[in-house]
Amino acid sequence: MKLGVLCSGGKDSWFACHLAMQKETVSCLISVRSRNEASYMFHTPDIHLVPLQAEAAGLPLVSVETEGIEEVELSDLSRAIALAAEQYGIEGVVTGALMSVYQASRVQRICRDLGLWCFNPLWYVDPELYMKELISSGFTAIITGVFAAPFPENWLGREIDARALSDLQQYARSHRITLTGEGGEYETLVLDCPLFKKRIAILESEKEYANHRGFFRVKKAVLEEK
Amino acid sequence: MILLIDLSWKPNSLSRDEFVGPVARIVSRTGEVWNELHFSAADTAGIRDARGIILCGTALRDNCFAEQPGDFAWLKDAGVPVLGICAGMQALCIAYGGTLREECEIGMTTVRVCEPDPLLGEPHSFDAYELHSFACDPPPGWTVTAISDRCVQAIRHPDRPVFGVMFHPEVRNDCVVERFCDLCRK
Repeated sequence: MKLGVLCSGGKDSWFACHLAMQKETVSCLISVRSRNEASYMFHTPDIHLVPLQAEAAGLPLVSVETEGIEEVELSDLSRAIALAAEQYGIEGVVTGALMSVYQASRVQRICRDLGLWCFNPLWYVDPELYMKELISSGFTAIITGVFAAPFPENWLGREIDARALSDLQQYARSHRITLTGEGGEYETLVLDCPLFKKRIAILESEKEYANHRGFFRVKKAVLEEK
Repeated sequence: MILLIDLSWKPNSLSRDEFVGPVARIVSRTGEVWNELHFSAADTAGIRDARGIILCGTALRDNCFAEQPGDFAWLKDAGVPVLGICAGMQALCIAYGGTLREECEIGMTTVRVCEPDPLLGEPHSFDAYELHSFACDPPPGWTVTAISDRCVQAIRHPDRPVFGVMFHPEVRNDCVVERFCDLCRK
């Protein structure tokens, strides 16, 4: 079955893509760039790097822009998926949804209206096992946004490795954040993973941080040999 | 051992992790051991060691299981508690002589328990996650234990511990699966 993967550039969409590739054919990535940083549907920090990721993975990308107005942005997502179906003949869509009924049910409705399958291979995954598998599978993901206490500024740009996971587990216990960031506590960007033929090297970046809320903005990045 | 039946269109499909995995995790948390089997491989011999069977859901477009009603004849001879979730409830319905009709629900819905039930408790309302293209008109004699504005949400066999729920208890209503596991232990 030919599939399109909804890709925000973060760990969940790329890991879902990784799982989908083991069982079906991933024909393209689908990305919605939101101008609204508070979008309910779409991850925003560094989404401009998805084209570079797509190049690293050797996958075509269907990308549309949205103002990010609640519910209206869904018609932009629908437009992107319809475009992917038209251009690449996809029969279904894969998402990296973990527990968000809000996101998952909206994508399900769009897929139903377009006559497409919808797959959520990370749905209600065990958070701890998932994070460990992410790291052991060779994913290099960095934190590109923090939106909750107690994340200090030095988490911006930090790689999610075993030590970071241990700290996240501590935060989950002390501040009740979700380990996976599913509650919007943090956002990620994948720099390398088993699907990438080259990895992303960040040449220039800047941080913006105040009161446990911040962004790691990548200003310049290139692909380099692995 | 609780046997989880995967009703997806093929064994080890991309839907497996979405519909079998979350149920398996709840079963594990209750301390029960589980095993899984694709419906195409399930028969009376294959379920011999199970002390309970859960028929898991499928993707919204996946109704392959309903096209092969003969594959569920073994359900009537299972001899152990059975819980059908969404597509699983539809499979139970087919096996016992009920019918399906098109009725789509996606997302959270209010479910009203209308009959006391071992899995759902006393009559009350709760929010549940729905993902189905078809609804069930229950087999003759079965008790409707819960409804939503759109369709029957839960049914029970008149004599045996065989249950169906149209909503997905693995999303925000783990207690339904937990109570089923408790019932299998008794």
